[in-house]
Order: sequence, then C-alpha cells, then structure tokens
Amino acid sequence: MPIPILKLGDYLIASIQTEITDADLGQLQDDLAERIGERRSRGVVVDVTAAEVLDSFTIRTLLDIASVGKLRGAETVIVGMKPEVAFAMVQLGLRLHGVATGLDLEEGLAILARNGRGSADGG
Amino acid sequence: MGDESRLDIGSEHDILTARQRGRELAEQVGFSGSDLTILATAISEIARNIVQYAGRGRITLRAVDEGEHRGLVVVATDEGPGIPDVTLAMQDGYSTGRSLGLGLPGAKRLMDEFDLDSQAGRGTTVTMKKWITSPSARVH
Repeated sequence: MPIPILKLGDYLIASIQTEITDADLGQLQDDLAERIGERRSRGVVVDVTAAEVLDSFTIRTLLDIASVGKLRGAETVIVGMKPEVAFAMVQLGLRLHGVATGLDLEEGLAILARNGRGSADGG
Repeated sequence: MGDESRLDIGSEHDILTARQRGRELAEQVGFSGSDLTILATAISEIARNIVQYAGRGRITLRAVDEGEHRGLVVVATDEGPGIPDVTLAMQDGYSTGRSLGLGLPGAKRLMDEFDLDSQAGRGTTVTMKKWITSPSARVH
C-alpha cells in the first residue's frame, strides 16, 4: 500500500504505517523526490510513530530519502521514533548520520521552520 | 507445542510475518517492553539475510528453558550459497548486498547468544537466543 504524502505549506509530510514493505518505501523515495520538485517543497517530515521495527534496510532507505531530498533542495526530519525502536537501533549499531530528528510532527515542522528561516536570514 | 513456530521465508512479506510472529511468541514466553522490539528487529535482520542471499529458507521460533532461565531461540536455515568468509560477514559495514552491512553483526549484538554455521554451496544456519532478564522472571 503506497504511503500517502500530505502537503502543508512549503513542507511535505509522509507517515509510515506499522508494517510497510520494502517496495512501499522505495515507492515513497521516488514519490518524494518527484513531489519536492512539483510543489517546490523546502522540507519533508517522515513520521515513523507507527513503526514497531526499523531494521537496517529500512534505516538505509530513510537515509537515502533524506539524501535525495537534500539534493532536490529539501531538508528531511525524521520524527516519532518510539523509545524501544531507538534503543534497538543503537544496539544494532545504526546511526542517523546528519539527518535531523524530532520527537513528533509538531517538533519536526518547527525544526524545518527554524532552519528555513535561518538560511533565509543568512544565518 | 504451542510455543514453536516454523515459518517459510521467501519474500519480503515473509520478513514482516516473521517479525510479527516473533514478537507475539516472545510476549507469550514472557518478554516485555523493549526486548520485544529488540527480538523483532533481530528476526527482521536474519530473515532479510535469507531473502537477500539465499532466496528461500526457514525460520523456527521456539521457547526455551535452561535451568531457571527462560528465553526464545531463533533458528534461521537456508540452502543458499553459504557465506564464503564468515569472519568478514560478521564485520560491521561489510555487505555484498543493498544494506548497511549490519545484518549479522547487528543481530548478534541484539541477542544474548549467536552462532553462525555456514558452508559454501550448502547453506547457512544461524542460531540465536535471548533470555528474559526482567526481575519477575528470576527465581526468588
């Protein structure tokens, strides 16, 4: 089932559901890259609140999504990681190199707004 | 033997089924909290390994009692190409597929016991165990 992408102002929001397949994630990566251009979006929030497990493949794809977004001019924030998921990720040895994270959607949007304003003001 | 599950792994969807089933069984056995997520993540990694490198295989999940310890044993078997260099495969960041190369060493870190047996051309068997460490599971 494709992951829906919502538009909110300059931003795009994608919510990952409990059990997503690799194909859904790959599709999300393609869709986001396209929508960022179409909507001239400045930021993307990927909400993983519903995800019970984030294994190394899923994390790799999330990092790819952030990298592709960046090359298309949009910053990605990953929000909503459950405490136990974060704990398992650290034990697994996974790090989210250079990708911003927030507690929830609200914080994710605040991070994007703050960073967007910062660059517009020249710092 | 309600405490055992045998699952055929041959597709991406089977990976999801395996980790869901693993979580359910772990809960029945007595695991709770973040241990459930840790077990599901480890199962996801080794199931993915089967799909990626062998195509097909099987995962068996079973409750295990040793003395006063109770836990879950996960056995992943495939008749795939095997792992030519086990030492290399257990190194962080080493991958011949599309992953972060954390599958096997990552799963090992998530579990309490981990054993890898692989023969080139014959296949691979991973046996891993996790024990319940919560105070309620100990004998008082």
